[in-house]
Amino acid sequence: MSVPVADTQTKLPVGTWKLDPTHSSASFAVKHMVVATFRGRFEHLDATLTVGENGAGQFTGTVDASSIRVKDENLQAHLGSPDFFDTERYPELKFSSKEIRRNGDELVVDGELTIKDQTHPVQARGTITDPHETLGGVVKIGVTLETVIDRTRFGLNWNAPLPKGGFALADDVKLTVELELAQDSE
Amino acid sequence: MRVLGIAGSLRRDSHNGRLLRAAAALLPPEVEFVEFAALKSIPPFDEDDEDAPAAAVEQWRAALLEADALLFATPEYNHSIPGSLKNAVDWASRPFATAALRNKPAAVIGTSTGMFGAVWAQAELRKSLAAAGARVLDRELPIADAESAFDADGALREHDQELELGEIVAELLAEARARTAA
Repeated sequence: MSVPVADTQTKLPVGTWKLDPTHSSASFAVKHMVVATFRGRFEHLDATLTVGENGAGQFTGTVDASSIRVKDENLQAHLGSPDFFDTERYPELKFSSKEIRRNGDELVVDGELTIKDQTHPVQARGTITDPHETLGGVVKIGVTLETVIDRTRFGLNWNAPLPKGGFALADDVKLTVELELAQDSE
Repeated sequence: MRVLGIAGSLRRDSHNGRLLRAAAALLPPEVEFVEFAALKSIPPFDEDDEDAPAAAVEQWRAALLEADALLFATPEYNHSIPGSLKNAVDWASRPFATAALRNKPAAVIGTSTGMFGAVWAQAELRKSLAAAGARVLDRELPIADAESAFDADGALREHDQELELGEIVAELLAEARARTAA
């Protein structure tokens, strides 16, 4: 298998790149009780980056909403309830890119994010590596992306006022994916 | 499909019991209606008893789990929910991850002898049910002047109210069917 030759300044690596789920993660961070940052993650995700010979890229990703993980099982259940992700009714979070731009290691992806059947445009920023041949001849790239969304635009409206002002949860939530993608050998 | 009806008043001739039965009369024939009439036997919530709750608590939780949808009819005591009803909600809300109320489609209606039709109690009950993880319809039906609200057959006298009750029942069943289909 050959390592694709890339113009590392602006071109995306040609090929179909599929997720190595074991070595990838999707997580969220939100301000909690005004003062601190609370983090959680999703256990099950999938993603594919497809780049044509002309350099045009398409990135899609899905996250199994019910695979949300936090330290407390009752909090986890609350996050899966209609107050938040309503995982029984909306089992999947989706992202689909519209445009991908690369400048060196930096990556900017414009696309549409769907949570609870509500789709809004988002811009995610992050990094991309050049392809690298790893064990067994498998060629891999690394992609990280981050965006901040207003959760209330996606129907995640739960909150609680605090006695001295402010709310238990911020509206802005940072979403982060750190992806290890392997070149599809088929 | 089974709808469990819960009247928040314990009184034998409860107006809210009548309201529940008026709603039950609007259910399609294939839907079974079961009224839970043992709120009075449920002891006060005590976390110390959670591992071995009273039989009445087990019976309440089982009735909830066996139902596809819940219809609550609540009176209003001091601008809020009757204590016995709130107590039952509390028992069915814990632990959150496995709570009997979790994800259960629920609607709240209510009547009172005054002019406000238990409107605040309905709002508070919806809030508590949602906090317990139920899938609560975001609408209410305050029936004022309960003593003259029903006709001889037990239906609501006001046509608009009867229509609205029918809409709530239909919406509740749609929620339950959507959940069954998922």
